[in-house]
Amino acid sequence: MSQATLHIQKISGHAGAVPGAGMARELKEKQVCKLVDTTTCIGCKACEIACQEWNDLPFATTSFDNTYQTMPDTSWNFWNLIRFQEHTNENGTFMWLMRKDQCMHCAEPGCLEACPADGAIVQYSNGIVDFQTDNCIGCGYCISGCPFNIPKFNPATHKVHKCTLCADRVAENLEPACIKACPTGCLHFGTKEDMVYQANRRADQLKKHYGWANAGVYDPPGVGGTGVIYVLHDATNPELYGGLPKDPHVPWIVKLWKHPLKWIGNIAIVGGVVGTFMHYLRYGPKVVPEDTAKGGE
Amino acid sequence: MTNGWIDIKNTDMAMVIGGNPAENHPCGFKWVMEAKRNRNAKLLVVDPRYTRTAAVSDYFLQIRAGSDIVFLGALINYAIQNNRYAKEYVANYTNAPFIVREDFKLPEDGLYSGFDAAKQSYDKVSWNYEPAGGGHPAPALGPDGKPLPPKMPEVVGYDPTLENPRCVFQLLKKQYSRYTPEMVERITGIKKEDFLKAADMFTSIRKDGDTAKVATIIYAVGLTQHSYGAQMIRTACVLQLVLGNIGRAGGGMNALRGHSNIQGATDMAGIFDILPGYLKVPVPVDKDLKSYLERITPKPSKPKEWDSFNYWSNTPKFAVSLLKAMYGDNAKKENDFCFHYLPKVNRRYSFADIWNDMYKGTVKGLFAIGMNGVMIGPDSRKNIEALKKADWLVVGEIYPDETSEFWRSPGITEEEMKKINTTVFRLPCAGFAEKDGTFVNSARWLVWKNAALPTPGDAKLDQEIVARIFLKVRELYQKEGGKFPEGPLSASWAYSMPQNPSLTEVAKEINGKALADIEDPKTKQQMKAGQQLPSFAWLRDDGTTMAGNWLYCGSWTEAGALSQRRGLEDPSGLGIYPNFAWSWPMNRRVMYNRASCNLDGKPWDPSRKQIWWNEAAQKWVGNDVPDFKPDSHPKDHMGPFIMTNEGVGRIFTPLGLMAEGPFPEHYEPFESPVENPLHPKVSNNPVVKKFTTPLDKFGNTGEGYNIICTTYRLTEHYHYWTKNNPALVQEVPEPFVEIPAELAADKGIKGGDRVRLTTARTDPTTGAGSYVAKAMVTRRIKPMQIDNKLTYQVGVPIHWGYRGIAEDEGKTAKDPANLLSPTSLDPNAHTPEFKGFLVKLEKV
Repeated sequence: MSQATLHIQKISGHAGAVPGAGMARELKEKQVCKLVDTTTCIGCKACEIACQEWNDLPFATTSFDNTYQTMPDTSWNFWNLIRFQEHTNENGTFMWLMRKDQCMHCAEPGCLEACPADGAIVQYSNGIVDFQTDNCIGCGYCISGCPFNIPKFNPATHKVHKCTLCADRVAENLEPACIKACPTGCLHFGTKEDMVYQANRRADQLKKHYGWANAGVYDPPGVGGTGVIYVLHDATNPELYGGLPKDPHVPWIVKLWKHPLKWIGNIAIVGGVVGTFMHYLRYGPKVVPEDTAKGGE
Repeated sequence: MTNGWIDIKNTDMAMVIGGNPAENHPCGFKWVMEAKRNRNAKLLVVDPRYTRTAAVSDYFLQIRAGSDIVFLGALINYAIQNNRYAKEYVANYTNAPFIVREDFKLPEDGLYSGFDAAKQSYDKVSWNYEPAGGGHPAPALGPDGKPLPPKMPEVVGYDPTLENPRCVFQLLKKQYSRYTPEMVERITGIKKEDFLKAADMFTSIRKDGDTAKVATIIYAVGLTQHSYGAQMIRTACVLQLVLGNIGRAGGGMNALRGHSNIQGATDMAGIFDILPGYLKVPVPVDKDLKSYLERITPKPSKPKEWDSFNYWSNTPKFAVSLLKAMYGDNAKKENDFCFHYLPKVNRRYSFADIWNDMYKGTVKGLFAIGMNGVMIGPDSRKNIEALKKADWLVVGEIYPDETSEFWRSPGITEEEMKKINTTVFRLPCAGFAEKDGTFVNSARWLVWKNAALPTPGDAKLDQEIVARIFLKVRELYQKEGGKFPEGPLSASWAYSMPQNPSLTEVAKEINGKALADIEDPKTKQQMKAGQQLPSFAWLRDDGTTMAGNWLYCGSWTEAGALSQRRGLEDPSGLGIYPNFAWSWPMNRRVMYNRASCNLDGKPWDPSRKQIWWNEAAQKWVGNDVPDFKPDSHPKDHMGPFIMTNEGVGRIFTPLGLMAEGPFPEHYEPFESPVENPLHPKVSNNPVVKKFTTPLDKFGNTGEGYNIICTTYRLTEHYHYWTKNNPALVQEVPEPFVEIPAELAADKGIKGGDRVRLTTARTDPTTGAGSYVAKAMVTRRIKPMQIDNKLTYQVGVPIHWGYRGIAEDEGKTAKDPANLLSPTSLDPNAHTPEFKGFLVKLEKV
């Protein structure tokens, strides 16, 4: 079910106006944002466990994979993964990059866009994109709609899951569980405005005092900006950080399908209905031959 | 820690060496990040591996395990050569100006003056200061006509200009002049230019005579666990003294403790050679209380014009108050306060010695409560063999562990199992969340915690287990007499529930109370009999006070338990939080904080004011509690290091304070791939302690053991018990060996392949004592050139054994990492050499 104390502004697969969209609830209306400062992440993975514990997700069975990374990718019961990447930069300095991967809570969410099930994906007015599992039909379109490869299918239940940005906690004015667990202050939570300010300030500090000329903030405009932003040592190369896409967009196929194709389809449907009606007016009801109507025994 | 966790936020420069706080102390490590975020502080990390701490550093140097003295010594050399040391501090707050005896010799050849090769020990008489006026007074004679152990001269000769060639400063300069950037490259594997870059960075805080900036050194067992580990730590201390960083906010020498209460365990004397509060144990020459106190109470030793508080001169008060806590009313002046019931320690009884004695059959039984001895090692195989020979073993744990099931260790046969006659008693204990009491953290804070849960099933609290055993043993002494019943029969056990003492009562007993009405002669303030004492300044040596640990006196006063305080006020903004918990000694958050001021008593950095001299009030005041004689005028030149005889920081440790010598000298690990380039003839620590059983073998490169191995913890696990936690097993499911990519390529090893490590201690026929795990092939450990020889290091995390979730599911039992480690001990602290020994590596 949706988190009733948060205010829904968009709904997947839903025709017509969003119920209650005009209501104003001051504290929960502002865009919220998670700030992940990769330059202070120590890869302790406290956020991974905090996420699982708060969201009651069962622990996974993992196997050795020549890395400190817990598993190769996020999964339906593991929404928050620290990605570890070894990298040697141009001046020969070795780096071990760690990035917290989770749902980015895009302002223009591809998952929501792609989802055909009424009310399975919602976006609250504070920007959180949340899956309403009860309404999920398991079609997996959200998976193809996401430019960050986040939604994950549970084959046992045929439902798709991802990070909720702890919408239930945020609704109670608490920070998400991962933020609460972070020991180094690498993770911050607040309004988007505040987080962007803080992120830029940190990036400036990295440029000025720590020699990271390309330090910057990752808040990709291709998806309208995100509810999770990163400070990167090298913002010109986000791919280094466990494959963060440089310029993510909602896939064209989803856009095509949900916009021109949908309207063409809608027109086709309306056309079909109108055509049928016109046909009725012109030719009257279909007369069923008697023998067929009896049921053909 | 001389300082504390939060204080790290005040630093300008942090060096992490021999530690990995991001992984092993992530919550405390936040303060390093705070310093970086808010002060633009720099972080230098020196480690054999590129760790997760290195990942957030500003500069990382890969060092060969066990060569840190060379690196740190070269930093001292660099600071002196480049005029980047704290001149006023060094000349006044350390023993740099003290003049050393003429017959003292530096270890250019690896040996200090006075070495006796046959005994493998030193005659330390020349390791001493010269008295003012010169000469070597003959040692005083004891009542038996034999010379007494040498003492420091009461009035020391000194040269405030630091120019006398025999003053400590000049000797220091000479000692480390051999530790050149070239020598750093040869021994540590750190390239000369990389060293110079790091040296410039770290000592930049004293560039151009700057005295305001501060650097901290943060370390853990990466410095401790070597056959000369105490000297490694001392090298870092000397560096901090030379740079004037001790006593200052954002500075200090900060040991990170690997357990939540290891500081408390040390304070309360969980070691054989001290009593609570770091009082020395009695030894056989201590015929009575008087001679014991005379031996252990230091006398001031200082230049005539200077002053020394010599706080340890109060030792008799602390010792008698301890005896009163131990023996209660039975401790009387007439019977030397039951001093005679204390054991007189005649030899080393360190952890490794106990296992060695069990292996040899002289120790018949063991209590292992909250301690997984097989896994801790060193040389787990020897410990398993020792347990097979024991008559009995009592284990108190919350999980079945490798020690209580030593008879199931990998490779053991059914036939062998049948031959083991050790009776094992398993006592279900309480977990940390089921107990109240204090944790004493790395910052010396006593922090009270409440029990969160009741103990499950038959599990009992530790104090109930110990109390019941004690009461039963005492009952047996009462009934049957025995060899020496006086000790146990005289012990005080004044708890309202003798079978299960409350930790509130125990904590109050440790704090201490007045046993008679007493009065402070100066202030005329009075304490009534029975009142909890507010400070150790109240302790008496006449039996009118008691305290279980003088250092904790002030933690539970008439005002209640200060350890339970949770005040969040921090008026100075320095992170002192004076009303949060309670820090020993006397709630001082930064020790030796007199050194945070210049000679006139003014803070070196006005933006970080800890304490200062208030001329109007004629006393020391401040944001922190002054760690100093409160009314000592700066003109009196009292040294800030009030716990030393000299009152100053010891760059030179006189007499027997350090077993290897007064200045740290680099020795090779007991198993090393190279001969010591400084002095090949004296390659290893000449006074190392080791054992001689058939299992105590040591490998060398000639036998093919040429890969350096080190052990460590991972952030995902905690020692040997989180393998019972499904969340953490998920995070890192099984053990591995971290192998440099180049070495792996050389051996045809790919990530995930099973590899075997063997040592000189591995049985060549059965393979017992070898270690098998999957290979983690990585670029985070790089090959090194050590003395022009290609050298590899590999790493093994310590967390797995033969009990745990995966192990109990019938999957293959894992080998304990400490099957590999050797038993070569630091002669000062008796710590085994877990960091840096030799192995062979092969693909299985």
